[in-house]
Formats: sequence, structure tokens, C-alpha cells
Amino acid sequence: MNTLAARGIVPEPIARQPWEMLIPLVLLTCFGGLVLYSAGGGAWQPFALSHFIRFGVFAIMTAVIASLPRDAVRLLTYPAYTAVLLLLLAVEVVGQVGGGSQRWLEFGPIRIQPSELMKPAVVLAMARFYETLPSGMIGSWRSVLPSGMLIVLPIGLVLLQPDLGTSIAIAFGGVVVMFLAGLPLWWFLTAGGLGVAAIPFIYFFALHDYQRARVTTFLDPESDPLGAGYHIAQSKIAIGSGGIFGKGFNNGTQSHLNYLPEPHTDFVFATMAEEWGLMGGLFVLAMYALILKWGWKVASESRDRFCALLAAGATATIFFYIAINLLMVMGMAPAKGIPLPWMSHGGSSMMTNMICIGLLMMVNRWNREAPRRGLSL
Amino acid sequence: MKIPFLQNGPQKPAKMISASILRSTFDRRSVVIGAVQGGIGVLLALRLGYLSVAENEKYRLESESNRVNLTLIPPRRGWILDRNGAPLASNRADFRVDLIPERLVNAEATIDKLGELLSLEPARIADIKDKVSTARGFQPVEVASGLRYEQFAALSVRLPDLPGVVPQRGFSRFYPTASSVGHLIGYVGPASSEEYEKDPNPLLITPGYKIGKDGLEKQFEKELRGIPGARRVEVTAGGRIVRDLETREDVQGQPVKLTIDGPLQDYAARRIGLESGSVVVMDCRTGDLLCMASMPSFDPNSFSDGIGGVEYAMLRDDERVPLRNKVLKGLYPPGSTVKPMVSMALMQAGIDPDETVNCGGGLRVGNRVFGCWNRRGHGATNMAKAIYQSCDVYFYAMAQRIGMQPIADMARRCGMGQEFPLPVVSQFFGTVPDPAWKMKKWGREWQTFDTVNATIGQGYMLANPIQLAVMASRLAMGKHVMPRLTLDTQPKGFDEIDFPLEQVQYVRKAMSDVVNGPGTAGRARLPIPDVLIAGKTGTAQVVSLSISNGKSGPWKYRDHGLFIFFAPYDNPRYAGAVVIEHGGGSGAAYPIARDVMTFLFDPAKGLEALAALEAGWGGTAQQRLERRYAAYAAERGATVSRPPRRDEEIFDRVEAEARRAATQSDAIAGEVIAPRPEANPSGTPPGAPAAPATAPTAPPSPAPSAPAVENPQ
Repeated sequence: MNTLAARGIVPEPIARQPWEMLIPLVLLTCFGGLVLYSAGGGAWQPFALSHFIRFGVFAIMTAVIASLPRDAVRLLTYPAYTAVLLLLLAVEVVGQVGGGSQRWLEFGPIRIQPSELMKPAVVLAMARFYETLPSGMIGSWRSVLPSGMLIVLPIGLVLLQPDLGTSIAIAFGGVVVMFLAGLPLWWFLTAGGLGVAAIPFIYFFALHDYQRARVTTFLDPESDPLGAGYHIAQSKIAIGSGGIFGKGFNNGTQSHLNYLPEPHTDFVFATMAEEWGLMGGLFVLAMYALILKWGWKVASESRDRFCALLAAGATATIFFYIAINLLMVMGMAPAKGIPLPWMSHGGSSMMTNMICIGLLMMVNRWNREAPRRGLSL
Repeated sequence: MKIPFLQNGPQKPAKMISASILRSTFDRRSVVIGAVQGGIGVLLALRLGYLSVAENEKYRLESESNRVNLTLIPPRRGWILDRNGAPLASNRADFRVDLIPERLVNAEATIDKLGELLSLEPARIADIKDKVSTARGFQPVEVASGLRYEQFAALSVRLPDLPGVVPQRGFSRFYPTASSVGHLIGYVGPASSEEYEKDPNPLLITPGYKIGKDGLEKQFEKELRGIPGARRVEVTAGGRIVRDLETREDVQGQPVKLTIDGPLQDYAARRIGLESGSVVVMDCRTGDLLCMASMPSFDPNSFSDGIGGVEYAMLRDDERVPLRNKVLKGLYPPGSTVKPMVSMALMQAGIDPDETVNCGGGLRVGNRVFGCWNRRGHGATNMAKAIYQSCDVYFYAMAQRIGMQPIADMARRCGMGQEFPLPVVSQFFGTVPDPAWKMKKWGREWQTFDTVNATIGQGYMLANPIQLAVMASRLAMGKHVMPRLTLDTQPKGFDEIDFPLEQVQYVRKAMSDVVNGPGTAGRARLPIPDVLIAGKTGTAQVVSLSISNGKSGPWKYRDHGLFIFFAPYDNPRYAGAVVIEHGGGSGAAYPIARDVMTFLFDPAKGLEALAALEAGWGGTAQQRLERRYAAYAAERGATVSRPPRRDEEIFDRVEAEARRAATQSDAIAGEVIAPRPEANPSGTPPGAPAAPATAPTAPPSPAPSAPAVENPQ
């Protein structure tokens, strides 16, 4: 890119954009749109068109985020985190008042799911916290208690909704930032060990029946082929029957004849793989790999702790979506409502992921404007 | 400054943590996380490749079996035709609804909903619930057939809320003459789980597919079945059909052509009226069975989805055993109807028919006196008079002279104790007792009084109506006539001469005199000029005289009434037998024979006689059955116990009861039989009013009522 810019063929403002990420992102979104076109029965409505419109709207939002100045972000991080936390609280209050649980707030025509906003917010807040924490305190209780609170508060509120998947996603982003912030390794190992030991207790006492059913089904899909295991079984049939080159665009029988549940959201990858086969699947994986690789590149090029942790946390959040969704549709994780970034139809996940991309582009711009300088800071 | 988070944590060498150390930690750890992520990516790619390449075959098949639904189209069953090609069993296009129990979500609610939509009776709903709860999951359960289009349409639009309900257009079996052919044709029903396990053909569990359960429907199952069609359709997960992929038409089963004369069968069945009995008519020039009526019967149309609880309770509780095919599984002491046969045996043994025996009203055998039915005695009696006056003493005396063996041999030659090669599910073949048989069965020596009892068709002797009809044919023709039931079998036995012509003619004349001369059945004369019927009456005692006089009292103790016949007497064309269970005497039997034969020669005249009778009985047999069912259902519908789960259990029970009933007369086999008065020797002129003097009037219950005996004196 730089060479092109250097030759003056492409104007500098365009040439300096992170095309190594943007091109895969756009390709992926377009491909997602095609799959949604097919999932909608070979029509733009109801999925494909709104998918592109959302992408367009969120792309603007991403551009706005990307252009935020460094000091403003530093200043606004905690207030933003607090605001989202209050929104989460508001969800609980509205839910209590309205009777029955819910996960979103409605502002006129816009429906916001604060738990989605919380994922980047937690990453931001954690990055900010470790930036300000003196290096010497790493390894002390002061390095973990406040940041722990930053994670536990929103998770607690999200669990009340109840939404286990999103809670884990929030925790994942936060823990990755903690890990990268240099907290002692044995803390993580101990916590991991305790977590494994706690699994039986969580399974029997903390999970809801439907969540337990998902886990049982995952461990033994044949136990209930027409019930909870049906989704994953049909998803595997869709992927497996696609073969190397797939059944062809708009020819997927699993999705078109409704055997595949949620062919446009959680199981969009299965819809894609049925029609485009292994080749389509590898293409999607490659695009994600390019995007994530760029994310890590941004993180490693960051010149300060805040940027590095923020970029890594945002990348990890995107990764979490992709990994859990794909593991699930291929029958390697319990079924849970986590959509596939830029392919699934749905505004909330698109927003979260675009915010993450926006944060990454923002850090990328800061890096470009003030490159990392050796051993400074 | 290190402040350990846990005092007892692992001790690390004290180290100043600086920004650059944190930076390198970050770099190291980010590489680790990146590597883990890359690993997961590789894992995903491998998994994807495994699913779509290695397991592609398996999943492609599963996806196809999801998408394509193969529906078998049950083949139309072959028709069962009478000798003139008129259907005794045909198929009717209709709309029907079945349930697949394993696909039901809420069985109770679904069935209630169906009952409401199709306005089913409560008893029917209870039957369906019962069947659904006992059926194996894959066995379709019929809800209703013969639906109107509006009902069918109303149901079809509600299908999304009614999983497991299968409405379809199809064909159902139809028996135009209903209960008249019940025992002969049998009925069809869905295959039981045992049948499916024996032959795991998916056709057997296709909703709407029926197999023969009884009678000819069961016997000719292979011919009637046909070849199923198939329809491949693309369906959505919700079961909605997207499009037809291909359809193969079914091939209808072969028709089965019977020798039965449909109208005659129906006539005879209706003519039996309120009695319990059977009529067999044969064409004695070919052996064709023209009629095998057995009443009371069941309506095979209403059995097409199995036997309902109320229906079964009603049929089971009926003393007159409507589930028993009395033609094949009714065994009766033949009574005096054996006398022409015994006469043949006597002639074959060299006895001159003109030799007379003086009948003084009884004969001492050993230390017991065996009476003649006519206590006043018949005086000098030759063979012909012994037949037409049914003189018992003549036969007591002559039989003692030749002994039992020649008589037993003759009985067998005439068809008694024989099993005929007929395509029926099962037939009882009765007993022709002889010394060897008695020794084997009872371990006792044959006694003279056994011979005496046997010659008048009592004692151990048992025959079924079809044997009696064959006996009549063989006596009439002098040939070894074999009965046949299907037109594609060859007439047999006509090259085998049983008796010399002059003997045949002698017996024919004597049997004609039974009706047309000074015999015991003057009222059997046909109201048709030039056609003279020949016959022989029989009254079979079933219980000891100390229990009942055979004429009144409990129905089940009354005498059986029998009549064998052929016509015209000098050039026999038709022969047959009528047996009326507990009819009180032969007077219950021969008016039926007369009307049936009248119908054969002059249908209009026969129907006229029947119309008068049915007006008194309260409608045709079918109408009475339906009324009785309605009354029974209204009265007892809610309290009936469930029917046996399998039709086979019902058959086994019916058969066991039939066998038990056949042994009823064993109890008196060793007793002195007091022959009953044999009908009316005086007779009435031909063309006399056909209506019987009395007739039972309370159809629903076989409670004691005046027996339908003409004039027994």
C-alpha cells in the first residue's frame, strides 16, 4: 500500500487505510449478504438487504470511532463504562417492572442490547486501568481487585438477564486483557484449575434446565435427535452434505426446507457451507484469519500499554464470537446463541464487532501518527 | 514493590517489574494467545474438511432422507366377485384420517380435537384412545373413513396444530351386502404388530393399508393384495410438501371369482331371520357352492378398522354367537337327515328296500327300549316309508342287522367327517363314530345302542352344514360331487359313481315324498309348478330329556332343526342344507329351504315371501343389526370393557367356544334318544302361505320366546 502511495497513484488518505483488514472485512460481509440472500429464499428481503444497510450504518460509526483523539478516549473510557453499566442496570429495572426478563432497552425505533456494548466497554476500561496501574503493582492484589470488579459487575448483571453466553464473552475479553497485562501466570493456572473443579457444581446448581440440556446434548447428540440435539445434528448434516464445492448458490435444501434452524443467524455458517462447500468454509476462515492477524499486528505495533491492551482485547472479543460460533455449528461446543461476525443477520453483534474494528482502526491510526518508539514509556 | 497477593503463594525471586518487562510479557503472551487462536482456526478447518469430505457421503444421504419423503400408495385390493361378476367386496374411494401414535404430541387432546371436528361418537373416541395407548408407535390407528369432503377439508387446514394426524384420499373396502357375507368373506383391518414383525414390509404400516383378517379376505390375501404405488415428494421440516418428484401408480390386486351367487347368499342370510343358523346351497351338477349363509353375523364394513369395544361386547354377549361362521364351524348332530344316507348303506349291504319292518312305536335293544318319534307306530314300514315318515324303528332294526361299520363308511363317502379342499381359513369336520373311533376316543367298546343312536344321526355323530349339503348332492346325483368355491378350480368327483342309478332313483323318490307325498315336511313344497323339491327333515336333540323337552324353555336347550334337500327331485340341479340352531325342530329349517329354493327358481316369488316376513321381524338383517348396535351403544356404551388387543385372540376364543358347543351333545351320546315328533306328516298343499305361524319378536335378546317352528305336530 505504501508503495502505491509512494508512487502517487493512490491518494494518501485512501492508501493509508488498513486495506489488509478492510478488504477481507468487506468481502466477508458481501459473502455473508449472499448467504443471507439465499437463506431468505433467494431474495433481498428480509435478511440480505438489512444486513448491508446495517453494515453501511455501522461502517460510519466505525469511521467515527476510528477518528477519535487519544486524549478524549482516555478521558471518556470510565464514563462510557459507567454509562453502559447503568444501561445494564436499567435493563434489570425495566425487566423487573415490566415483569419477566429481557435483554434490551428500547429507545424509539432503536433497540439496544447493553450487554453487547459492554464487551468493548470492559476491554476499554481494563486497558485504561492497567495503563494507569504502576508497573510495580503488577502481581499485587491492587492489580487484580479493581479490574476484577470491572469484570464482575457487568457479568453479574448480564447473568441476571440471564445470558450465560454474553457473560462468558465479557469475561473472556477481560481475562485476556488481564493475562496480557502481565499478571502472574500461576494465578491463571490456579483459577483455571479451580474452574475445572467447579464444573460439576456449576452444572448441577447454577445452570438452568435449558442450559443443562444444551450441555448434555453436546456431550451426547444422539440422546435427543428431535429435541435439543436436532439443531446441531441438522447443522452437521448441512455442512457435511455440502462436500468440497457445495450444492450451489440457492440450492441448499437443509436451509430452504427449514431443516436447519436459524439458518440466517446462529447457523449461517452451516447455510453457507451447504451451498459453497469446503471451499466457502476455508474462504471464510481465511478472511477471519486475515482480520485477526491484522488485529494482533495493530496490538504489537502499539506504542503504549493502553493501545496494546485495547487492541488485543478487541481482537480477542472478535475471536471469541467466531470461535464459539464455528465450534458450535460443527458440533464441537454446546449450542448457544452466539452469532457469527459479519455474516449472521442481526444488529447487536454487528455493532459490537464494528465497535471493536473501530477501536482497532483508531489504535492503528494513533500508531501511524506516533509510531512506537523503542523503549519509551 | 511486591506485595504478594497470597502469602503462601509460590515464592519467586524478587524482581523489579518495569514497563519494559511488562511490554515483553505482553509480546510473549500475545504470541501464545495468537498461537492458540491459530490452533483453533486450524482445528476448525480440519473439522470442516472432515465433515465435508470424509463424512460427505453420510451427510449427503441424511440430507436427502430429510428432503425426500417416500410415501407408499396402498394398492387397491382386488375385488371379490360372485359367479356373475357382481362384487361381494369392492373398494370405495373415500377420505380417511389416521393417527401415527409415535408422532402425537398430546394424544388425548389431539383425539378429542378430532372427535370434535369429525363429530365422532364418545364410544368411538374411547376406542381410538384405547388403541392409541396400546398400539406400537409406528402402527397407524384409523380415526375415521368415509368422511365428507367438508370434514376432510376442515381437518386438513388444521394439520399444523395436529402433529401425527394423517388425512388422505384412499380406498376403503366395501361390502355391498354387509352382514350377509360377513362370515364368508371375512373383513380387512390394519396389520397387527405381530404381523409386521413377521413381515417388516413398510407397506404394512402405511396408514390406510388393510390386510385380510378373516374368511376369504385372509385366505386370498396374496392374490388380493396388489402392488403398492409410491410417491416421492420434497418436504419441508414441518412436513409441508414442496413438490412431487415422481409417482408410481399402484397395481390393483387380482379379483377372486367365487361360485357364490350373490343375490342368493343375501336372500338366504336375510331369510334366516331372527334364528341362528346357516344355509348352504350347491349346484349339484358342478359342485359350485352357491350360498354359504351364516346368521346372525357382523357387518364387515364396520370391522374395517378392527373390532370396536361396543361392537365386540355386543357380539360376544350374544348367545347366538354372531362371530362364529356356522357353515364351517358349526357342528350339529345331523338327526334324521342321515336316514337317506343310511338307506344307501343298507341297500349297498344287500337289504331289499321293499322288505318291511313292523314299527310298533319302539324297539327293545338290550335292556332298553328305543322309541320311534311316532309313539303310535308306523306299522309295516319299508325303506321308502321309513324315509318319508322318518320311521326310527325301521332304521334301528336294519342298522343292527348290518352293523355300524358299513354305515360309518357310507357316511364318510357321503362327505360326513370329511374336510373339503376349500379355500377357507379353517373348517371343522365333525365326527363319524365307529367302533375303532370310540375305543380310541373314549376307551370303551362299541355298543349296539351306539349303532342305534348313530343311525338316527344322534349319539356321537356330528356334521357341519356344508357336509350335509354335500351329502344331499351326492345322494341326489349318485356321484362323488366335490364342492368348490372359486370358479377357477375344476369341478371334481363327477367321474366317480357312488351309487347305482336305481338306488339313487329310489332314494330321490322317497325324499320327494317327504315333501310332496305323505311325508314329514309337507310345508316345504315349492310354490312353483313343475319343480318338486326332495328333502329330509332332522331334529337333533342337544340335551337330556330330563333338562328340556327340546321345544320350549331356555333357547340353548332346544333342539336343532335340520333339513337337507335337492330340486328338482327327478333331475337334480340344486342341493343344500339348512341348519337352525336350537330352532326347536326341523319345522324351523325347511320353510327356509323352501323359500331359498323358491328364490332360486323364481326370485320375485321368493322376495315376496321374504318381504312379508321382514315386515314382521322389523327390517332386514342389516337394519336390525344397526338398530341393535345403536341401542346397545346407548345403553352400555360407556361401560364396555376393551376388546382383545388382537383379532386373533377373538378368533381363538370364538373357535374354542365353537368346539365346546360341538361337544354339547356328547353328554347324551350314551343315553336313549327319544326322537322328537317329526314335523307335519299331513302337509299342506303347494302354494300355501309362506309366513310361519309364530316368530320371535324381541330381536335384541335371545331370551326365551316362542320358537319359530311351523307346526311341529
